[in-house]
Amino acid sequence: MHARKPTRDDDGIVAPEGTRAVLDGNEINRALTRIAHEVLERTKGGQEVTLLGIPSRGVPLARRLARRIERVEDLSVPTGSLDITMYRDDLRLAPARALGRTEIPAGGLDDRVVVLVDDVLFSGRTVRAALDALGDLGRPRAVQLAVLVDRGHRELPIRADYVGKNLPTSLRESVTVQLDEIDGHDAVLLGPSRTSPSTTLASGTRPGSLQRPETTEGDA
Amino acid sequence: MRHLLSTGDLDRDEATLILDTATELAQVGDRSVKKLPTLRGRTVVNLFYEDSTRTRTSFELAAKRLSADVINFSAKGSSVSKGESLKDTALTLQAMGADGVVIRHSASGAAHRLANWVDGSVLNAGDGTHEHPTQALLDAFTMRARLGRLEGLRVAVVGDILHSRVARSNVLLLTTLGAHVTLVAPPTLLPVSVHTWPCEVSYDLDRVLPETDVVMMLRVQAERMRDSFFPSVREYSRNYGLDGERLGRMPAEAIVMHPGPMVRGMEISAEVADSPRCTVTEQVANGVSLRMAVLYLLLGGS
Repeated sequence: MHARKPTRDDDGIVAPEGTRAVLDGNEINRALTRIAHEVLERTKGGQEVTLLGIPSRGVPLARRLARRIERVEDLSVPTGSLDITMYRDDLRLAPARALGRTEIPAGGLDDRVVVLVDDVLFSGRTVRAALDALGDLGRPRAVQLAVLVDRGHRELPIRADYVGKNLPTSLRESVTVQLDEIDGHDAVLLGPSRTSPSTTLASGTRPGSLQRPETTEGDA
Repeated sequence: MRHLLSTGDLDRDEATLILDTATELAQVGDRSVKKLPTLRGRTVVNLFYEDSTRTRTSFELAAKRLSADVINFSAKGSSVSKGESLKDTALTLQAMGADGVVIRHSASGAAHRLANWVDGSVLNAGDGTHEHPTQALLDAFTMRARLGRLEGLRVAVVGDILHSRVARSNVLLLTTLGAHVTLVAPPTLLPVSVHTWPCEVSYDLDRVLPETDVVMMLRVQAERMRDSFFPSVREYSRNYGLDGERLGRMPAEAIVMHPGPMVRGMEISAEVADSPRCTVTEQVANGVSLRMAVLYLLLGGS
C-alpha cells in the first residue's frame, strides 16, 4: 500500500492511486454517533452493554462508540477487545499469525449484552470465530454485532445489528478502513483487489478466506 | 520457522514474537474454559528418552490447552528398551501421523538428527548437554514479565555450565534479545570452548552479584559427572551457592531464577528459594504459556 502513489481527491482525502474514498472522517463520525444511539435504543438504555472490539480496527471503533454512549447517556460502558486468531477457520492456509490483544472488562461477560464491533463485515467468518471465542469466555445474555461497513458476500448465516454504511461491492474490489488511531486519519477506501497471489486469495478467487490484510490484519 | 532446535536459530523478531504470543496465551489459564480449539485434529508426540516430569507435563498441558491430541512416549517400557533405534522410532511415529514431535534425549544433537527424518515439526526439549530452547524462552519471558525489559539486562548464570543445556540456550537467546550474560562457575565446570560464546566468564560470584539484575542458579548435574569437578559439596556451596547474605548484596529489584529441580543447601539456600524474589514457581507457570506459543507458531499455520 505504501508503495503506491497517493492522489488527493475532491474531499481532500489522501487515497492511494486506483482507490476511491467512500466515507470520509465526518461521515464515519456521523455513522458512529448514529450507531451509539441505536445501541442505546435497542438495549433500553445500555445499562448491560459491554463493547468488544475485534482487533485491529474494531478496537478503536469500540472505544469511540463507548465515548459517544458516555456523552449521550452519561453512562460508562465496559469496553474491551476480543482477538479471534486462535478461532479462525483458515489458520492452516497461511503461516501462523501474530496474536492480537484480548482484554475482557473486569466485570466479565456473564449476563451482559455483548456488542461485537468490527470495521468490515464480509464473509461473516470473523464473526463466527468471535462467537466461538465468546462461548469460551462466559455466557452473555445476548450478543449483537456492530460494523462500520457491510460489504456483502456473506458465506455464513450472519447479519449485523448496527451498520454504519451498506456498501455493495464486487468480489474484485477491496475495502480498506483507515482510522486515526492506527493510520493517522479516518477514511473508508474502495479499490481494486490487489494482484499479488496472497491477496487474490483473500478478496478475489477465494472470498472464503478470512485474510483481508487491507482491513483487519493491516499494519498493526 | 519449522522446528525449534536451538535458540541460536532465532532472530530477534522471531524470539520476540514467541514471547508476545506467550503473553497473550497466558490469559487462557485464567479463563473459565482453559482451552483453545487451534490445534484440533493435530497430534503431538512427547518422545522422552530421559526422565522428566516438569518439561513433559508442561508440554502435555500446553498441547492439550490447544486441543491437540497428545501421545506420551517414554523410553522405559517401550520398544526403545527392546533395542529400537531413534530413527526407527521416529519413522514409526511418522507413520502414525505425528504433526509435531517433542524430543528429549541424552545425546547432544538428537533433535537435529530427528528433524531430518520426520516431516512434522521437531521441538527440542533438551538434548544432552547441548540445548533446551523452551527453557531459555520461558526464562526470558519470566525476566521480561518481572523486570519489564530484556534489553540491557545484566544476567549471571551460575553453576554447572559444563553439563548445562539451559546455560547455552540462555546465552544465545539473551544475547540475541540484547541482555548481557556473565557465566560464573569454577574453571572445572566451564566448557572448553566457552571463550567462543557471546558472553563474559567469571570465577568469582561475589564480584559479579552487585552488578546483576538476574541471577540464574544451575543445579550441579551429578548424574552426568564421571570425574570429580570440585573438592566437596561444602566448598562448592561456599563459593558458588546463593544464600540470603549474598542475595542481600544484589540490587534491590534483582531476581533469582532456577530452572529446577533445586537442590536446597547446594546451589541455593532454603531462605533464598522461598523468598519472593525467587521466580521458580512463576517459571513453571510461564512454561505452559510459552510452550503453547511455540506449539501454536510451529503447528498452527500451514
